[in-house]
Amino acid sequence: MSDHSATANFPMAVALRLIQMNDPAFDSERVSGIIAELKTKPGALLPILHAIQEVLGYVPGECVPLIATELNLSRAEVHGVISFYHYFRGTPPGRHTVYICRAEACQAMGSEALEAYAKSSLGVDYHENTRDGAITLEPVYCLGNCACSPSIMVDKKVHGRVSPKRFDDIMNLTRSAS
Amino acid sequence: MIKVFVPRDSSALGLGAEEVALAIQAEAEKRQVAIELIRNGSRGLYWLEPLVEVATPQGRIAYGPVTIADVPRLFEAGFHNGGAHPLALGLTEEIPYLKRQERLTFARVGITDPVSLDDYLAHDGYRGLKRALTMAPAAMVEEVTESGLRGRGGAAFPTGIKWRTVLNTSSAQKYIVCNADEGDSGTFSDRMIMEGDPFVLIEGMTIAGLAVGATDGFIYLRCEYPDAEVALNAAIESATAQGYLGDNILGSGKAFRLEVRLGAGAYVCGEETSLLESLEGKRGLVRFKPPLPAIEGLFGQPTVINNVISLASVPIILDKGAAFYKDYGMGRSRGTLPIQLAGNLKQPGLVERAFGVTLREILYDFGGGSQSGRPIKAVQVGGPLGAYLPESQFDTPLDYEAFTALWAVLGHGGVVAFDETVDMSKMARYGMEFCAIESCGKCTPCRIGSTRGVEIIDKIRAGEETERQVALLRDLSDTMLASSLCALGGMTPYPVLSALNHFPEDFGVTSAQ
Repeated sequence: MSDHSATANFPMAVALRLIQMNDPAFDSERVSGIIAELKTKPGALLPILHAIQEVLGYVPGECVPLIATELNLSRAEVHGVISFYHYFRGTPPGRHTVYICRAEACQAMGSEALEAYAKSSLGVDYHENTRDGAITLEPVYCLGNCACSPSIMVDKKVHGRVSPKRFDDIMNLTRSAS
Repeated sequence: MIKVFVPRDSSALGLGAEEVALAIQAEAEKRQVAIELIRNGSRGLYWLEPLVEVATPQGRIAYGPVTIADVPRLFEAGFHNGGAHPLALGLTEEIPYLKRQERLTFARVGITDPVSLDDYLAHDGYRGLKRALTMAPAAMVEEVTESGLRGRGGAAFPTGIKWRTVLNTSSAQKYIVCNADEGDSGTFSDRMIMEGDPFVLIEGMTIAGLAVGATDGFIYLRCEYPDAEVALNAAIESATAQGYLGDNILGSGKAFRLEVRLGAGAYVCGEETSLLESLEGKRGLVRFKPPLPAIEGLFGQPTVINNVISLASVPIILDKGAAFYKDYGMGRSRGTLPIQLAGNLKQPGLVERAFGVTLREILYDFGGGSQSGRPIKAVQVGGPLGAYLPESQFDTPLDYEAFTALWAVLGHGGVVAFDETVDMSKMARYGMEFCAIESCGKCTPCRIGSTRGVEIIDKIRAGEETERQVALLRDLSDTMLASSLCALGGMTPYPVLSALNHFPEDFGVTSAQ
C-alpha cells in the first residue's frame, strides 16, 4: 500500500519504535504460552498471530524472534507474514478500531463522503489513533454488508446505512463503552 | 408457546436486530406473553431488516423494518398472534421478492435456527450425506459432475471434474478446503450461508471428503466475518458431538474433521493458490499453475478447493439427484445462482434464481430500481474485477457464457448498481488503486501495472494529453490481461476498460478513441 507520509513521519516512526521496545503490553510469558499452545497445528503461523493480536491488540515486534525460534523460521519470514496482511498491526491500536468500507457497493451509497466526515470528525487519517487513544481508524475492503451500505465495523460489530449523524451516535456510544 | 423470529445475521444486527430482540423479550415478560425467541438467519430482504416474524397457524407472518420504538405498539396490535400493524407484511412466503425465487442452496436460510442441529435435521438436513454414505466415491463424484455444478466462487470451473482429479490422485493424505474469503464488493451470499445455515456447508464438505477420500477439511474464513466464525464453530461442535463429523461419521467408519481458519484482510487470498499459501502460514503469494491444487495443493497434497456456495449446493444435489438440480438453468449454466443485489437499489438483498433471469429483471423487478430515484447508469457484476455494464446491456441473461460474450463476468453473483451521479473515470481509477493495494507483488504486471494505471487515469482525469494517455492505458491493460499470474492483475482491466468503453464521456474522450 502506498504511504506518501512515510518520509515525513520518519522521526515519529523511530519514536514509536523506541516506545514499543519497552511496551508494557508485551508479555513474554503470555506470548510464549500462545506459541506453545498453537505451534503444533499445521500452518500454525496465522493462528498464532491472530491469537496474539486478539490478546494484546497488536503484534509487538518482540514477538517476532520468539515465534521464529519456535516455528523454526527466520525472523524475516515471520516479519514478512505480519507485514503482508493488512489486518495484523505492529503498533498499539486505540481502545476501539473503526473500519470504514471503501469498496464499490458502499461507494455507490456515498461512502466517500462518510470517509471524509469520519476523518475530519475524529481528527485522524487512516491507520492513526485519535488523540484520546479511544479510536483507531482503518479502511476495509468489504464487510459483506453490501445490501445495507455504507458500512462500518467497530471492533467486531458491523453497522449498516451509516449516515454522518449515525456515525456520530455510534462513536459516542463507542467512546462511552470504554 | 408463540415462536418469534429475530435474525442473528450480521447485516440485521448492524441495523439493530439485537436491540429489537432484547426489547421483544422484555416487552413479552412485562405483558406476561409466553414467547420462544428464535434467532434465525436473514431471509435476505435487507431493506426490511430487522425483519421480525411470528409463527401462526396460517404460516409465518413478517413485520419490518422493526425498531425498538415499534415494539410496544407491535404487542398492543397483537403481532404475536399475527395482528394487523402498519409494519405488517403478511405471510413471509407470499412476499413477492421471496415468492418469485427458486431457493435450493438457500432453502433453509432465514427459516431455521442456524446453530440447531435438530432444526437442520427437521428441515431435510443431512439427507444428502445419508444417501452419499450408501454410494461409492466415484458415484458421488459422478452425481456432482452430472448436475452441471460449476464453481460459484467466480471461475465457473466444473466442480465434479475437480473432484474427479483429486479422487484419481493417490495419496495418503488429501484435503477439502473451503474458500470462504468472500472479498468481492457487493457479495454476501457466503456470509449468509455461514451465518444462516452453517450445517449445509459442513454437510457439503463432508460429502466432498467422502467422495475424494479426504479426511481433513479447512474453512478459510475472512476475518471480516466474526459472526460467521461463531456460527461455524458452534455448528462444527454440535455436528462433531452428534457423530456427523469426526473419526467415525454416522458409524460408517469413515473420518472427516473440520477446522475454521481465519484470513487476515488480504483480498488476494481469495485466489485459490494464494489461499493455500496462507493456510500453510505464509505470505499469500500466488503460486504458478501447474501443478493444480487438485494434484499438489495444501501442504503439497491433493486438495479440493471450492467456494462456499459450490459446497453448500452439494447436499441438495446428493439428496434430490443430479437431474433435479440440472433441470434449473440455461445452456451450460445449470442450477441456480444466489444473486446478491447491492449498492444504489431500493430493495437490495439475496435473490436465488435459476440461471437465465435477466439483469433488468433482477435490477427492477427485484431491486425496485435505484434507491435515489435517479436512473441507474452502470452496474458492476462479479465484484471488483467484474466489468461495468451500461443500460443497453441490461437485457443480458445471467449465464456464464452470455456474460463472457460481452467481455464481462458473472463471478460470484454480486450486482452493484450506481445511479447517474457516478463518475466512471473515478471508478476506473479505484479499480487500479484496489489492485495496487491488494496485489501480492509476485508478478510485475499486477504489482507495477496497477500503480502506473492509477497515474495514467489521474492524467486522463486532469485532461493531460488525453489521447496519448488513453492509448497507454489500453496498452497497459493488454499487458496486465495477458501476462498477470492470477485474476487480480489479469482482470483489473475489466472494470477499467469497460468503464472507458461504455462511458468515454466520463474520461473526456470521444467513443472513437
